[in-house]
Amino acid sequence: MPPIVTPPEIERRHKVHESDNGSGRRPPTDKRTGGNGEGDSDNWNDRPQGRRGPRERLSQVRMGVFFGLFAVLMFFIAIVSAFFVTRASGHFDAYSRYVNEWLPTTIPSILWLNTAVLILSSASAEMARRSMFREEDVMDEWIGLSRRTSQRATAWLTLTLGLGVLFLAGQWVAWDQLAAQHVFFKSNPSSHFFYLITVAHAVHLFVGVGALIAALIGLRRSHQIASRQIFVDATVWYWHAMGLLWLFLFALLEFGQ
Amino acid sequence: MSVSPATPITLAPDSRWTHHRTVGFGYLTISTVAVGVGTVLSLLMRLHLSWPAWSLPLHGPILPEEYLGLVTMHGTLMLFFVLTVAPQSGFGNLILPAQIGARHMAFPRLNAASMWLTGLAFLILLTAFFVPGGSPISGWTAYPPLSATALAGPGQGEGMDVWLAAIALFSVASTLGAINTLTTIVKLRGEGMSWTRLPLTVWGWFTAALLSVLAFSVLLAALAMLFCDRHLQSSFFVPGGDLVNGVLLQHRGDGSPLLWLHLFWFFGHPEVYIAILPGMGLTSMVLANFAHRRVFAYRLMIATTLLIGLLGILVWGHHMFVAGLNPFAGSAFALSSMAIALPASAKVLSWLATIWRSRPQLTTPMLFALGFVSLFIAGGLTGPILAQPILDEYLHNTFFVVAHFHLIMAMAGVFGLFCATYYWFPLIFGKMLSERLGKLHFWGTILGAYATFLPMHLTGLAGEPRQYAQLTGVPGPAGQLLQTTLPLQNHITYAALFLACAQLPFLLNLGLTLRSRLRASQNPWSATTMEWAPQATDELTAHRDPCHYAEDGVLFLGQWEPDATSALPPE
Amino acid sequence: MHFTQGIANGLRFWHLPVDASRHGPALDAHLLLNLWIALSLLALAHLILLAGLAFRRRASRPVHTLLLEYIPLAALTLLFALLAARAQQLWAAQRYTGASPAAMQVEVTGMQFAWYFRYPGVDAAFGETRPSLVAPGEGNPLGLDQTDRHSGDDLVTSQLVLPAGREVDLALRSQDVIHGFAVPEMRLKQNAVPGQTAHIHFTPTQPGSYAILCTQLCGLGHYRMQATVRVLPPAEFDVWLQAQEAATGKRGQP
Repeated sequence: MPPIVTPPEIERRHKVHESDNGSGRRPPTDKRTGGNGEGDSDNWNDRPQGRRGPRERLSQVRMGVFFGLFAVLMFFIAIVSAFFVTRASGHFDAYSRYVNEWLPTTIPSILWLNTAVLILSSASAEMARRSMFREEDVMDEWIGLSRRTSQRATAWLTLTLGLGVLFLAGQWVAWDQLAAQHVFFKSNPSSHFFYLITVAHAVHLFVGVGALIAALIGLRRSHQIASRQIFVDATVWYWHAMGLLWLFLFALLEFGQ
Repeated sequence: MSVSPATPITLAPDSRWTHHRTVGFGYLTISTVAVGVGTVLSLLMRLHLSWPAWSLPLHGPILPEEYLGLVTMHGTLMLFFVLTVAPQSGFGNLILPAQIGARHMAFPRLNAASMWLTGLAFLILLTAFFVPGGSPISGWTAYPPLSATALAGPGQGEGMDVWLAAIALFSVASTLGAINTLTTIVKLRGEGMSWTRLPLTVWGWFTAALLSVLAFSVLLAALAMLFCDRHLQSSFFVPGGDLVNGVLLQHRGDGSPLLWLHLFWFFGHPEVYIAILPGMGLTSMVLANFAHRRVFAYRLMIATTLLIGLLGILVWGHHMFVAGLNPFAGSAFALSSMAIALPASAKVLSWLATIWRSRPQLTTPMLFALGFVSLFIAGGLTGPILAQPILDEYLHNTFFVVAHFHLIMAMAGVFGLFCATYYWFPLIFGKMLSERLGKLHFWGTILGAYATFLPMHLTGLAGEPRQYAQLTGVPGPAGQLLQTTLPLQNHITYAALFLACAQLPFLLNLGLTLRSRLRASQNPWSATTMEWAPQATDELTAHRDPCHYAEDGVLFLGQWEPDATSALPPE
Repeated sequence: MHFTQGIANGLRFWHLPVDASRHGPALDAHLLLNLWIALSLLALAHLILLAGLAFRRRASRPVHTLLLEYIPLAALTLLFALLAARAQQLWAAQRYTGASPAAMQVEVTGMQFAWYFRYPGVDAAFGETRPSLVAPGEGNPLGLDQTDRHSGDDLVTSQLVLPAGREVDLALRSQDVIHGFAVPEMRLKQNAVPGQTAHIHFTPTQPGSYAILCTQLCGLGHYRMQATVRVLPPAEFDVWLQAQEAATGKRGQP
């Protein structure tokens, strides 16, 4: 049967457009992120370029976490913009004077301590994450010689979990302190935002605590080191993001009212 | 290249609950029930407008609050559960992995979870009909203070809370689904499937997913604040000294209803682009398929898809020209809104050029793709009119706007869904839907669509506002103005009934075909995109971009075929 | 003459009601221009679509992207830019500046489900209103504070009566939820948002009775939240106003 002939003009245009050297297109390269891999050079599993190795799986999960964090960021951006708008807007009162009812809410000083605790927890989380990727330990664990990565990570993650719970407890104390001073959610527009922002952040951090617990369970029960790496890596990146977000929100509440 | 297998490979439903096709079918089931309910609601609305005294069996006449409840639920069901779910999550999950050469979606369990969460949101929304007070009456846009207090009207108590919960869940589910789509497209493309070889349908899904991730979180934040206003006496949106139904609201502080409008429409405008972008991508591909041509200006089409997505984030204020914005802001939004007409026009030009003098096969999917083009042009041309604030000053919230968005979303968007159904039916079920019934369905629907929605422009130009529970019994010059639109409104009601009946051939077609034994061939449409390849596409390499058709209009080269000299002839 | 006749025919074809405001004709002319252009483009696009389907298949030639995409796009850009520029001109004229100082002040208050109008009276100042004083059953739907010295001569009506030919500045307010104040025959629309006051100004030109409709969903009675604008010749308006002021004066305010 006659072959399909691509018309010369289209063929030529193609080559010009796509710099096609005739040998077919190179598949998209995987971006090596994290770990100690060096691009394609250590394809020592001799797998075809593709999407099925553990490194690919890790980068997929990281991308999922990235997009999820972007969504969380948009959520807080919406609330923070409402914060700025409400802070700056006023209305005409009964006497036709333009008044702004925003009364800054004094932040309980325990929040400084909570912030420090959260920063420490990020540090310990990062230690956990790095211990999952230290190559010699990973090799040993993969072969089955030891469980050093998982053990180290479990220790650091437990510390992180403790600090995280401490942070949440500290937030609760802060709310209690405010309530004792009769500053409730509905007291003033600024307190609306204080409570909304801190509660929303605490809810997200609570999800992070759940992820930490899941990672700890995964470290014990998951059979593949690649999966354990993914559990810890995803959780810790989320944790860092929540910490960074808190720094910004805290600065906003402390200095931005 | 191996011989075709005896029975064609199909993307048949799968039994595993995390399988992407199972998830896709779950989403499509939700959408199908939603579109049925939504259509019934709209017919009840039309019947009541034309015959206000008509008594619904077992119920009695439709009261104004019930009418507004119909309006709210119709909009909510159609926009969220049909137009956001079906093109993006439904067909996306069914077809995307095969089309890009992936074995599965990036996060199968998360995918399944989002689908079940969407189903739960749907069920919760439906309970709004049955709670005390009935469904909410503040429209799908839920402007406060009407939506912020139960005192403002019937259905604004429990019904509104149910609505809030359902839409909040839906927002979370959509975001999770979009994360899946994005990661799949970025990371799981098969061998050889570079960005510029992706079918335009995939670019549509990609851009819509980007918009989803951006927009639904903002809606969730707004819903959280509305919840606080409703139950915790905050005043994000409730102004001080608000006197509703004789009760002075005691919320502390002075909020602004405009803040809700900004937040909602920052979500709401990208939302409508999420609804239409996949359909636009599919239309390009289907037109090229049946015209046996390449898509005209393919790379420009990729650019316009992304540009429409980007500009869609910048135009939200055109819903607020007369809402109390600074007039300078109105001018700024007018500029961005007019600008978005340009990539949209570029797409229309590409569609017209793709089919120009191509003598295409006018199969049912092709007809629906052409119908999409026609309805998109008709609905789109009134966009620049509404984008000019001085004209919107007259036309805002009239039936002119209702005509505009129904032609684009309800008709063009739905035509995209019909096109997808007829086009991919043989791939999924291994059978072809009847062409005769399909053509009958097409002609009935497009004639019904124009008959229903074109006259709405005229009633809107006459000044008739939307969301009016009744056009009769209103005193004064206002009543006289409304009376002048009644004849056209009655015509619209008849046309809408016709449009609804025009869907019966489609249902008949589905039923008959699913029960028949005739099998379709592997690639009955001579398509070139990967999902039509005769084996699982994650084992194949994409060798070229799609739509390689030979000049004779018969021979073609699928993306999966190794090279030009050893292709099989089309079956 | 031809132009105005063309406008009048256009209004009839497109089902637009008569317009009775000074800014209306320019708006109508621009609206009609847009409508005719949209209709023509709709027809043209469909002609091209049908022609493209009807003609014999032609072998595809080297692609003329410039000709088929960019030049039409440039033409459309120019068209939309011109339309937008003219629209911006009209919008700026209507909205960028406030009413002239000599404009008549009227306050419009929307509530579920009625419109009330308040004239400032002889002292040209509006009295204070308080939500706590609202008592529609006792004839005080706006919550006028009678202890305020400016309230005595305020005139509250449920019909908007205006003199022809004089610019009027409307202050739009709402008591409860967002309402939309729309007078189609004056080509006027603006939302009344609780918590803020919106100002729009216009000049009625034709005596007559015109419809006021609510165009923002406000609840149960949204469809029947209507009122009337009665435009009177200036002399008749003076008579009306004096009669009203006399009636108010009789209520015994110092």
